[in-house]
Amino acid sequence: MPDLTEAFLELVRLTSTDLPPDVEASLKRAREQEASGSAAQGALDTILENVTMARQNSTPICQDTGTPIFYVQHPPGWSTTKLKGQIRAAVAEATKRTYLRPNAVDTVTGKNSGNNLGDPSFPTIHFEEVEGEDLIVDLILKGGGCENVGAQYSLPNGRIGAGRNLEGVRKVVLDAVFNAQGKGCAPGVLGVAIGGDRGSSYYASKEALFRKLDDENTDAELAKLENRLTQDANQLSIGPMGFGGETTVLGVKAKSLHRLPASYFVSVSYMCWAHRRRRMTVRGDETTYE
Amino acid sequence: MQKITLPITDDVIRELKVGDSVSLTGVMITGRDAVHKWMIDTFVKKSRKPEGDDEAVYEALKPILDGGAIYHCGPVVAGLDTGAYSFVAAGPTTSIREEPYQADVMQHFNIKAVIGKGGMGPKTLAACSEVPGVYLHAIGGAASLIAQSVQQVLTVHKLDFGVPEAIWVIDVKDFPAVVTMDSHGGSVHVEVETQSKAQLDKLLAS
Ligand code: SF4
Repeated sequence: MPDLTEAFLELVRLTSTDLPPDVEASLKRAREQEASGSAAQGALDTILENVTMARQNSTPICQDTGTPIFYVQHPPGWSTTKLKGQIRAAVAEATKRTYLRPNAVDTVTGKNSGNNLGDPSFPTIHFEEVEGEDLIVDLILKGGGCENVGAQYSLPNGRIGAGRNLEGVRKVVLDAVFNAQGKGCAPGVLGVAIGGDRGSSYYASKEALFRKLDDENTDAELAKLENRLTQDANQLSIGPMGFGGETTVLGVKAKSLHRLPASYFVSVSYMCWAHRRRRMTVRGDETTYE
Repeated sequence: MQKITLPITDDVIRELKVGDSVSLTGVMITGRDAVHKWMIDTFVKKSRKPEGDDEAVYEALKPILDGGAIYHCGPVVAGLDTGAYSFVAAGPTTSIREEPYQADVMQHFNIKAVIGKGGMGPKTLAACSEVPGVYLHAIGGAASLIAQSVQQVLTVHKLDFGVPEAIWVIDVKDFPAVVTMDSHGGSVHVEVETQSKAQLDKLLAS
């Protein structure tokens, strides 16, 4: 097994400093839709300028470099303990090089560890063994501001009038977007999971965020829900930063899980416009990034 | 875009209206949760005794904050090992966490501009009328761009709060922001929330 610490460091650098092309393109389209001279358009101009600057200078797009969440798919026979050690070493080094801000705070003492290494679940790393030879590592940096506006609902919900069906899902998701206002650094991307238990549901809502903005859900019903939700959410006119405007969300990605007969959870993970998501693939001696 | 130089006079504040774009130049400080709590406990409510360098830091901050600005920001800073600090990324953090403290802190120090993101609540809005002051919304996530507007890090206090929580004294040039709460009771946040609520009710009924 090779030492991939350097490769992981590059993954972290790229994710923190270089916004994925699909997200940037979507922000550019959003800019065209806002009234010229509006605060909303001004906000998107600043955002786009910032994205270019971060890429050029190799500095973090946003100073809140968030919780690093790694999803590792590895071939049979790889040591997850070693991979974890290498990822943690890369995260500490990335912090030293200011690609990441020290973000791991001991909840009991309030002390910041200074290098982004906390207990074994900070950074978050998920491992899954898969067939084939390739090692595939996805990373998102999930900022605190947008994480704080995430929400979970248990259907039915009387206050909102949401029943246990996709129409009910639509209603609670819109409620979540309304409650978030601009606080999650709108325009955001919503990861929505339906079903599961409370834990698996939130987990799946984060997984949904790994999808590209322009891909379509393979499930026709969910694809319809995603489009409807995107349209409806934008009708709320919360706009970039909550200044009011046309673009409140850039997209919605939904995922369905089996559930208990007694439970029907809907989890919404809100990802800010700084949707820092990158993938690294290791095949033999070659490492590629996308 | 209106250019504003720190410190700010009452006349300039009174002219600012919600929706105005501004660019700020001058010396300001960063401060978030730990700083606000420290200010309130030690100097406003005086529920704890000053210790260590508390008094010295307070004296150093007073002239900067009189007519000045406080920025809700936890920056990424280079040069921590050498002391030759520079800001690498410095976007705003969520302001509402300071709602319990902000009005008192504004009054105590005569702070004219509170900068952050997401807006603040009724207590701060009332303080904006009284002090008078404004809430300036920076562009959340625009961290590299704002860091570029920081010409120099003059000094840092309370580094033991941690890098994001410390008091960074910075000299900025053309720092971009939008007035979202003014000294006449106006708040973009209240407006947008009210109209989006009406829209939400329609969408839930359909
Ligand atoms: S919500 Fe996102 S863009 Fe906004 S401050 Fe947090 S990480 Fe940055």
